[in-house]
Amino acid sequence: MAQITLKPTKVPELYLEGYNITPDAFAGKSLMEIADLDAHEGKIKVKLGDYFEIAGQSGDTAEETAINIDGDCSRIKYIGNKMSAGSITINGNADMYVGGWMKGGKIHVMGNVDSFCGIAMEGGEIVVEGNAQNHVGCAYRGDWRGMRGGTIRIKGSAGNDIGTFMLGGTIIIEKDAFIHVSTHAEGGTVVIKGNVQGRVGGQMVKGDIYVLGSVQYMLPGFKKVGSVEQKIDGTEATFTHYIGDLGERHPKSKGKEVYANLYVQEA
Amino acid sequence: MAEILIRNGFVIDPTRNINGDVADIAIKDGQIVEGVGSKAKVIDASGKVVMAGGVDVHSHVAGPKVNVGRLMRPEDKLFKSPHNQKNYRMESGFSIPSTFKTGYDYARMGYAFVMEAAMPPLHSPHVHEEIHDTPIIDQAALPVFGNSWFVFEYLKNEEIDNCAAYIAWLLKVTKGFGIKVVNPGGSSAWAWGLNCLTLSDPVPYFDITPAEIITGLMKTNEYLGLPHSMHIHHNDLGNPGNYETTLESLRLAEGVATKNNFGRDTVMHSTHIQFHSYGGDSWGTFESKAREVMDYVNKQKNISIDLGCVTLDETTTMTADGPFEHHITNLNHLKWANTDVELETAAGVVPYVYDKDIKVNGIQWAIGLEMGLYATDPMRTFITTDHPNAGPFTRYPRIIKWLMSKQAREETLASFKHTDKVIDATDIHSMDRELSLFEIAQMTRAGPAKALGLSNMFGGLGVGMDANVGIFDLNFNDMPADPEAIEKAFSRACWFIKSGEIIVKEGDIVSHGNKRTIWVKPNVAENPQVIRDIQDKFLKDYSVGSDTYQVRDYLAPNPYVIEFDVEA
Repeated sequence: MAQITLKPTKVPELYLEGYNITPDAFAGKSLMEIADLDAHEGKIKVKLGDYFEIAGQSGDTAEETAINIDGDCSRIKYIGNKMSAGSITINGNADMYVGGWMKGGKIHVMGNVDSFCGIAMEGGEIVVEGNAQNHVGCAYRGDWRGMRGGTIRIKGSAGNDIGTFMLGGTIIIEKDAFIHVSTHAEGGTVVIKGNVQGRVGGQMVKGDIYVLGSVQYMLPGFKKVGSVEQKIDGTEATFTHYIGDLGERHPKSKGKEVYANLYVQEA
Repeated sequence: MAEILIRNGFVIDPTRNINGDVADIAIKDGQIVEGVGSKAKVIDASGKVVMAGGVDVHSHVAGPKVNVGRLMRPEDKLFKSPHNQKNYRMESGFSIPSTFKTGYDYARMGYAFVMEAAMPPLHSPHVHEEIHDTPIIDQAALPVFGNSWFVFEYLKNEEIDNCAAYIAWLLKVTKGFGIKVVNPGGSSAWAWGLNCLTLSDPVPYFDITPAEIITGLMKTNEYLGLPHSMHIHHNDLGNPGNYETTLESLRLAEGVATKNNFGRDTVMHSTHIQFHSYGGDSWGTFESKAREVMDYVNKQKNISIDLGCVTLDETTTMTADGPFEHHITNLNHLKWANTDVELETAAGVVPYVYDKDIKVNGIQWAIGLEMGLYATDPMRTFITTDHPNAGPFTRYPRIIKWLMSKQAREETLASFKHTDKVIDATDIHSMDRELSLFEIAQMTRAGPAKALGLSNMFGGLGVGMDANVGIFDLNFNDMPADPEAIEKAFSRACWFIKSGEIIVKEGDIVSHGNKRTIWVKPNVAENPQVIRDIQDKFLKDYSVGSDTYQVRDYLAPNPYVIEFDVEA
């Protein structure tokens, strides 16, 4: 796999919209052409070459292109936007919208990410070694079509609005989460290995949530139906099984109503 | 203003029966003239088609429900809002574009006039502010009357003269253009959680029927002699089997004679008729009744229609038909906005995705086009999408392509998941008709201008008319074999001149033009009873005062007022 290295040379005064930092945009281009790709700082159109020292070589296709960002991207948004294949490694933190609308490939962030990581993701894999802010794997504002596929793994903790309007795919938060998990979801799986404060599965139609820690405040729309043995992400445990959200419409399958499932590990 | 000479284009002007003759069009001081001097700017239109500016008879482009759509659908702007471009204002949105994008997009298609199809009178100041904010195109707005408490009370007692005095007052204070009727009685019934699905369902409390409202408002329209006819969105929109109610409603025009000084021959404009031409008794048996409805429209010469073609896009439905929007949110489970406008109307907004792989959507697509193809009088049949309800107005060029090319229709039909089922439920597959550029000019220019009573200004290229001219990259004598070229040509006019000013030059917007708001001011004899009724309603029922209700002049700073005296 051909590797391109971006070394940040300047901190943007505003935030840099790095929507072209993707294997798809880099594939088949010379270093000069990559440096000439557009970005935006506020409303001003800029070039990637103004912010990075670019070395290495791109592959012929996105699949054959690996991007390595050697430095902090705390003020860079939209890394891996809409990418379909290949890989991006960020050796530091990244700002909002990492892997937004991603279709395939892999993004590995060594530090933390800000909000909207994996927004409306369709496929591929995002791994964040640190923490994530809010809206992990959520839908775009107003949209009823959220994350459809792929996997997001946050090794630290995450904030609010995880998997809003989720339709498919998997989100794993290895530590704690704040509030609003899988709101309006109609599919997909969210696993929270730590504790979550509350509002879990509000207006959820379909899909699964696993909480391996505790839910501090349960929603009244979820009903306890039993106790089950399950293996999830390498952990085998006994979970209390709830169905819901009973205040929401639910589709029927073979004459039976299909509910969303919430599994909370028993102490 | 500069003189312009458009040379050697293939002129298509149904108002003078000119079909592709190579001729020059001279422009001076915003009007078409016989000739211009040697210093005029010359535009070479050789090998290209020259038509009058387009006239859109029905489109929702300004006002509260459009803005609610913009607010509740940020996703409509996602990846569809280009970054700032030189000389342009920011453009955003697809099915509910920003005001600037609305003006630019109509200009790019060579449109000069657009009718905002439903103005809630209480919110008319907002409608006019947004119209003012939309560049280039001339606009007017139709206040809604089909669920007005005033109208119910007058028509219940067959007081046409009082109804006329009220409507004349309302047109003046709201700077409105004519009489719009949306789901007569039904939107008012919605305040009780009910609807009027047939013409004999009584409106709760008022005990008047939709048939009485429709007939009364047609008579009132002709009593006043307004430029446009009564403009109606029939009862029972969007439901299987509704074509019978549509036919019953259309038949009400039989007893009414036209009376006006604006060259209009019609007494009823039946809008987005595609939504009203459905057979079957469920979504499973849903089928086209385009032929049945068009057979009637073709022979009943005092009716005009617009198509309301489904364009198979993701869009936003918005209508003063409040109960229908509730119905649609129950069908697709998407977000819903709903409102009541005191004493006057209701409204709702719900996003909708017309999916080519859903059988019903495919049949709806076919019905809209069938109605255009069954029409024997293109001067009474107009192209619309009921923007944005059946699709965005930016798809007009695509509808023109489908109407002009059987090949284009067949390609779309073949791309459906349920092609065979759509063919079984419609006539589209067996229809060979391909409309001509002349017929398209009738359906998008001369026809709507005549039905709106604006044929002295819009829709043609005769001397003395407004200088609204579009130049399109189509060779009249050698039309492209690929139908896509037709859509492309009508999507981006090479040149567009509006009121004598160059707006689009070689495909790009170069001016924000000089837009006007057109409104109608019929002067009726003072009517003490109606004045008292209005005062009474503002004292007892309205939450605003009559002073704050009216549209102040500064909200419509570029007016074109059609003022006339009504002979009692």
